[in-house]
Amino acid sequence: MSALLSRRLLVVTGKGGVGKTTVAAALGLVAARAGKRTIVAEVAQRGDVASVFDREGSQPFEEVQLAPNLFHISIDPQDALEEYLRDQLPSGAVAEVLIRSRIFAMVAAATPGMRELLTVGKLWELAQLDRRTPGADAYDLVVVDAPATGHGVAVLTAPRTFAAAAGSGPVARQGMIIDAMLSDPEQIAVIAVARAEELAVTETGALRRSLQERMGLPLERVVANALDPDRFSPREATRLEPHASHPAVARALRGHHRALRQRAQLARLRKLTGQAPMHLPLHPGGPDLELLADELQAQL
Amino acid sequence: MTGLGDRLEGKRICIVAGSGGVGKTTASAALALGLAAAGQRVAVVTIDPARRLADALGLEELGNEPRMVDPAVLGAIAPDTEMRGELWAMMLDAKATFDALIAKLAPDERTRDDVLGNRIYAQLSSAIAGSQEFSAVAKLYDLDRDGGYDAIVLDTPPSRNALDFLDAPDRLTDFFEGRALKLFVVPTGIAARVLGAGTSVVFSILKKLTGVNLLDDVAILFRAMSTLIDGFRERAAAVKALLADPATTFLIVASPQREPVAEAIFFRQKLREAGMPFGGLIVNRVAVLAEDEATDPIAIRAQLRDTLGDALAAKVAQSAEDLQVLAARNAEAVERLKTELDEPDPIIVPRLDGEVQDIDGLLVLYRYLTGTAG
Repeated sequence: MSALLSRRLLVVTGKGGVGKTTVAAALGLVAARAGKRTIVAEVAQRGDVASVFDREGSQPFEEVQLAPNLFHISIDPQDALEEYLRDQLPSGAVAEVLIRSRIFAMVAAATPGMRELLTVGKLWELAQLDRRTPGADAYDLVVVDAPATGHGVAVLTAPRTFAAAAGSGPVARQGMIIDAMLSDPEQIAVIAVARAEELAVTETGALRRSLQERMGLPLERVVANALDPDRFSPREATRLEPHASHPAVARALRGHHRALRQRAQLARLRKLTGQAPMHLPLHPGGPDLELLADELQAQL
Repeated sequence: MTGLGDRLEGKRICIVAGSGGVGKTTASAALALGLAAAGQRVAVVTIDPARRLADALGLEELGNEPRMVDPAVLGAIAPDTEMRGELWAMMLDAKATFDALIAKLAPDERTRDDVLGNRIYAQLSSAIAGSQEFSAVAKLYDLDRDGGYDAIVLDTPPSRNALDFLDAPDRLTDFFEGRALKLFVVPTGIAARVLGAGTSVVFSILKKLTGVNLLDDVAILFRAMSTLIDGFRERAAAVKALLADPATTFLIVASPQREPVAEAIFFRQKLREAGMPFGGLIVNRVAVLAEDEATDPIAIRAQLRDTLGDALAAKVAQSAEDLQVLAARNAEAVERLKTELDEPDPIIVPRLDGEVQDIDGLLVLYRYLTGTAG
């Protein structure tokens, strides 16, 4: 089995609109099929992962089973804060006072990186074999449907930023523990999803640099999503050209040229990321999760 | 300008919303270009545009103020169109806008420096409390009041949650005013009081959890901010009024995929709830078939078999079939948008064969938005 699936955390990120959520769900399915008890965690979103699986949005913060071995959770920073306080404070009553305190909520919100820290703290908790959540079972793998590129890195750097700012105290100590996991390539892998379009490719290159600079992490894998089929060889295209007066041939040639432009962007993507991206085809009838998982599995 | 132009009659501010990756920035630029060509003095405020689009508009060297786009740009994009007005463009620097607002509202230099130099502020201003959204509307307000523009097109920040944008003024005032601040702001010895053991259960627990240094910074920041509250409140109220002004309208851009469609529906709902005007829907990158276009793969294969050979004819037929499936799915998404957004007549921009985020995409959108597409 691929080393990728033996990590604890897979962080899937990419520019908005590239199909991050679908790819995260498909990766989760690959892991689940391989017998890993897997949870796909989406961060501050609205039940997108669940809707990819044709489920109604679940309650935030609930671990919901989607398929055999496959679970889903939507992480909301407010819920994460409440869970954290209940876990940390000796008295439940004190925790409740804080949770209900508007002032506390505001100060927490004002504290730089707090939302990101709480979110990532929950991801860390999910990835522990001995979980802090009472009665919760352990997961073999947490797949994170992370925010768009820039914010994705911000989530990863939150614990160390926070630890540096706080200086001392339990939050700083916990920040350092979490950071140790997030910056350990044995435990975490970052996967970028891109489309074969100029802007998405450029952003993926930038992500690779900022991951290296800010986290010391490599960009583990790149997924080029929604590719048009590379249907015609150059020779076939040449044979088609004289018949472009037939509307279906003209259409096919336009599709061929679109595919060619995508190949050029894929070459850029390869160069900017220093690796061959995995390819996922566009599914004309809408993304088919089982099929996407097959396609990913074959390329892992 | 026909097309969207008629609907925007009498609108001074046009806010373009939609999820990331649907071509929102290009649509904003194309719309502004169309309005400018029609004779208006237009400013377009964009956020992080694609490099080539920025180059095309001459945005590269821009700071945080609009600059006039060379009228020749229109000539390069749409040679058959005459530029009768002026197009001004800027890229929003959210942090610079927010800093400028702080500097403007600060009663003295010391307060200004206390805030701008505070390490919590440094992160707060770029990351927390929807300040990017607030910066965008704050800039909009300044441009509307002082810029002398006939129309302003605002490309909204790439926020996943459209709510952030509408709520930004409220959330920011909420945040800086009221009880939270009052508790921090005491006449003397702020840090001592805040950090002193037993001041309140909240503060002592915070101190235990987060450590001393951080809290000290919070106290200093909040004290400095307290002198800015009135200014903030006024500004936020004015910005809110501007968003609700009859001359303001919201355009929603979507593409026919699950997520952008869901986002468009969500945003339309938020507009309804907030009583904000909805100016129209643009569905971008739609795979469309010509009305008389044959897509029956069996017929196509049969027609082409003799000239191309069966294998190649089958491939052409397959690509026609894929397109048909894609077009049908996109048509379904468009129908759903029409119903859910209560918009019977959206502007449908067909999918291009090439890149969309560059000058070709701008031209195509320009033609569709101005009703000059052939």
